[in-house]
Amino acid sequence: MRKYTPKDNVQAKAKYTDRFWVAPQVPRLPVEEDAHFAAVLEKIKGAVEVLDAYIEIGQLVIHIRPEQNIDALRTLKEECGYAMCSELSAVDYLAQDGEFEIFYQMLNLDEAKRVRFLTRIKENQAIESIVPLYAMAKFAEREMYDMFGIVVNNHPYLKRIIMPDDWEGHPLRKTYPLEGDEFASWYEVDKIFGKEYRDIIGPELRDPARIDRYDTQRFARIGHEVPFGADPELVDETETPIEYSSDFLVDYNKGPHKVLDKRK
Amino acid sequence: MAQHQVNYASSGGLPVALTTVDKLLNWGRSNSLWPLTYGLACCAIEMMASGASRFDFDRMGVIFRASPRQADVMILAGTLSKKHAEFARRLYDQMAEPKWVISMGSCANTGGMFNTYATVQGVDRIIPVDIYLPGCAPRPETLQYAMMMLQKKIRRESADMKKRKLQRFV
Repeated sequence: MRKYTPKDNVQAKAKYTDRFWVAPQVPRLPVEEDAHFAAVLEKIKGAVEVLDAYIEIGQLVIHIRPEQNIDALRTLKEECGYAMCSELSAVDYLAQDGEFEIFYQMLNLDEAKRVRFLTRIKENQAIESIVPLYAMAKFAEREMYDMFGIVVNNHPYLKRIIMPDDWEGHPLRKTYPLEGDEFASWYEVDKIFGKEYRDIIGPELRDPARIDRYDTQRFARIGHEVPFGADPELVDETETPIEYSSDFLVDYNKGPHKVLDKRK
Repeated sequence: MAQHQVNYASSGGLPVALTTVDKLLNWGRSNSLWPLTYGLACCAIEMMASGASRFDFDRMGVIFRASPRQADVMILAGTLSKKHAEFARRLYDQMAEPKWVISMGSCANTGGMFNTYATVQGVDRIIPVDIYLPGCAPRPETLQYAMMMLQKKIRRESADMKKRKLQRFV
């Protein structure tokens, strides 16, 4: 029987793992260690419900509820001086928790401080757009929609940004294979020539070490060499014994040699 | 009035050249190959260098044209993404016959290191290729060599379009 592989995460994994290896964790410091972050957290707590908060690698991380993302970001922008949202995207935890984690990476240019909001949504749950606060979210939220299929409510132009508009599937999900699904592998053929050309063009060749012993144009089978482009049926019939030149290759097994009785 | 009469038939070096239509046409075609200004990825940088003064494609009669209507050769220089495949094919279709294609670099030949969902695994899946140029990225000299190989190939071709098509798709 073929080995069962879980279908909710099809990404490549290391073949061998250490049973006792524990992934190193970044230390999480209490927010009180930094006066600026403590003040920021107080203001955020006044506006929205904070599920968790800590300092990780000099950055304040705040877990919030997904419905309150716009309130939290507005407080941070208007009251704490975080004028810039440098990155916004999602992480696929569907296999692990059945949820996406959405993060908003915020930057205060005056204080040179960074705050990250984390929020979790279910697979078919939508999130409110932050475009009214940060214009950069126009592209970032479109990318999030394109790559993960997360619908963003009230976005001015929610449309795929990287993949073609008629693409099926969301490539950054763990369920999406790296080499593409059936739709992806025939995409350009279907689009340009039509489905009936699949047979003529054939499937994609993705094996980098593919060897075809009957392909006499690109491969030569050692001991069965045939002329370039010869009839493939000759490959099995012809047999050329391998000859070694006595001038260059010396067979040390043949000559007189001494076997030591014991190790020196 | 002419002071002397030129006897063409007996004057040693005949000012008449005898050739075949094939050779004449192929001589003309192979010595003024105009590729399309069409870069896809980093190979395009090498292609641009080939066209510029140091490597100087012009001396081979190779002049880049910015319109597919004026181009004979399509150099697919770089990674062809599946989103863009449609447009590459459209540009190829817009070129007038006779036309040739050079697949430049590993990505165009086989997909290269981009063994992913979004990359066409070899441009020959959508466009018939005449010359496969290996390398990542090929140096300008290599591209010039590919162009010379293409010239060699053209010089062997028949001027008859029907025969030419058969030759290509064998």
